Amino acid sequence: MSDAKPAAPAAGAGRASMKKELPERFRNHKHVWVFIEMERGVVHPVSFELLGQGRKLADKLGVELAGVVMGAPGPDILHACQESFAYGADLCYTIENPVLADYRNEPYSKALTAVVEAHKPEILLLGATTLGRDLAGSVATTLLTGLTADCTELNVDDDKSLAATRPTFGGSLLCTIYTLNFRPQMATARPRAMPMPERKEGREGRIVPFAVDLHEQDIITKILSFIPDRDSNKTNLAFADVVVAGGMGLQGPENFQLVKNLAAVLGAEYGCSRPLVQKGWVPSDRQIGQTGKTIRPKLYIAAGISGAIQHRVGVEGADLIVAINTDKNAPIYDFAHLGIVTDAVRFLPALTEAFRKRLSPHTRDRMAG
Amino acid sequence: MHFVVCIKQVPDSAQIRVHPVTNTIMRQGVPTIINPYDLFSLEEALRWRDKVGGEVTVLTMGPPMASDSLRKALTIGADRAVLLTDRFFAGSDTLATSFALSAALKKIGETFGKIDIVFCGKQTIDGDTAQVGPGVAKRLSLEQITYVSAINEVNGEDGTVTLERRSEGGVQVLKTNLPAMITMLEGSNTVRRGRIDDALRAARAEIVSWNAKEAGIEDVTMCGLRGSPTVVKKVFAPSPRAEKAALVEVGATPAASAEALIEAVLAKSPKIEDDLIKLASGF
Repeated sequence: MSDAKPAAPAAGAGRASMKKELPERFRNHKHVWVFIEMERGVVHPVSFELLGQGRKLADKLGVELAGVVMGAPGPDILHACQESFAYGADLCYTIENPVLADYRNEPYSKALTAVVEAHKPEILLLGATTLGRDLAGSVATTLLTGLTADCTELNVDDDKSLAATRPTFGGSLLCTIYTLNFRPQMATARPRAMPMPERKEGREGRIVPFAVDLHEQDIITKILSFIPDRDSNKTNLAFADVVVAGGMGLQGPENFQLVKNLAAVLGAEYGCSRPLVQKGWVPSDRQIGQTGKTIRPKLYIAAGISGAIQHRVGVEGADLIVAINTDKNAPIYDFAHLGIVTDAVRFLPALTEAFRKRLSPHTRDRMAG
Repeated sequence: MHFVVCIKQVPDSAQIRVHPVTNTIMRQGVPTIINPYDLFSLEEALRWRDKVGGEVTVLTMGPPMASDSLRKALTIGADRAVLLTDRFFAGSDTLATSFALSAALKKIGETFGKIDIVFCGKQTIDGDTAQVGPGVAKRLSLEQITYVSAINEVNGEDGTVTLERRSEGGVQVLKTNLPAMITMLEGSNTVRRGRIDDALRAARAEIVSWNAKEAGIEDVTMCGLRGSPTVVKKVFAPSPRAEKAALVEVGATPAASAEALIEAVLAKSPKIEDDLIKLASGF
């Protein structure tokens, strides 16, 4: 039935049986790969976060960690390889072609599928970005293998299979998913879901060029133009050191200003839990949690947020989580480090004022500058 | 032109509760809705049908009760609804789902007219994978454009579509050929409320229902649990931290509580003060 690949794998009964008996044709699949996402010459930090995870998996399996770098011919490719080595890759496969200058599904999925079929990794990781999600779904379908999206934890079992853990049921529970009888085992993780590994300047690796036959005249989708975001449109939520967020405990849309006020005094970014976006109180680019941004700040203040799992998975990487909630049994107190059981609407103005007093000697007079 | 919108009936996740003792989902009484992201794709299909003419067919795969969502889509304005339902589909992962949906889409094209655009939701709110749309596109060799923030032109004569796609750091303006598979970004349009005559029509409308065989699927081992390469081996609630949050005593006034909380923050993580001072001073 598949147009993408005429010969479906010899499925037979029990394609997804729990029996961990890897079919013969997959037994030579080896090594852990990370797709190195590059747009306009810049490597997306999620690729380095994945290299950190990939290194862990590769060491446990006793195999190599490879990056896959693709783009237009030029110095960006070499630079992306060097960065990948610094973050833990042993080697990089490079695919250079003018057609790959900007992301389009067709050439990218063809190129990635070709290099996977030629060099046969056992694990392939991609960032769950707009690019990575667009690409991963296509490649997994062509290869007819399993793909687990938005993993919050990646591990290797004793029998060497990839255990990919992600939120499920709308983020109310976690589940661990395996691709037992197919290769590569594919998974994506969202930016900031994994910690940034240490960068080792000057760490070296091998570059393995890979040629793919791609010609612009064969590619149907054309890029007419690219409109870069203005800086003012970008939120730095995912990478902020201090984040203040509000939830349903704020009781009304007008009270979200209290969160913004505290964020302004702290020089922090502000965010919110999912219901506030669903109610239209706050734009969706401020949503923190499984379907929004994943954050890893040094300090996270959650005001009036109950702490459902879908929120928890987005903030667990924070160094210090402070919860303000009237309900002392709210799940947020299960993973916050500090808490105060009080009404956020009454408490936030006082907290803002207290921080303002404490920090005012240090506040630069921006008008003067 | 023929627009087909793939939708999914999902539990209203805002109302899902987890049993405190058994850690299982309590499904009883949880209302179902059309996956909210699908509505933006449905609206876009309806807009272009209204503009350039043609029909909108909605398709879903699910249990018989998923016809509720199809009927809802008809009340919003879709012309035809197809339900793909069969016990063989139970337990499908995204690969098996895209296999079944592609078969049904082929059959829809043969039965009701060639498809120009397949719309899918950006992702669902229950699975959150964003994989089914790309899977369908690949299997049917459709041009794939995801995260679309605006469709600028649908040209039936030369069979092209011009649109804007959200990417990291900006928007790509793209032109591609039909047939295509498009997923719309949330907020890219305002979903209409159905008109009364659509509601009346929907109430009487007959929903086309196909099982695997009727959808043209011969090899049912490609469907459901058997056709799914991924295996969910464990579902669990995350373990609480060994220690629960240290609670700061509420003071006589909010101001006193605030001071106490700041002291507790600094005691727990003294380095934070330097970071806050740096941020406050604008570095």
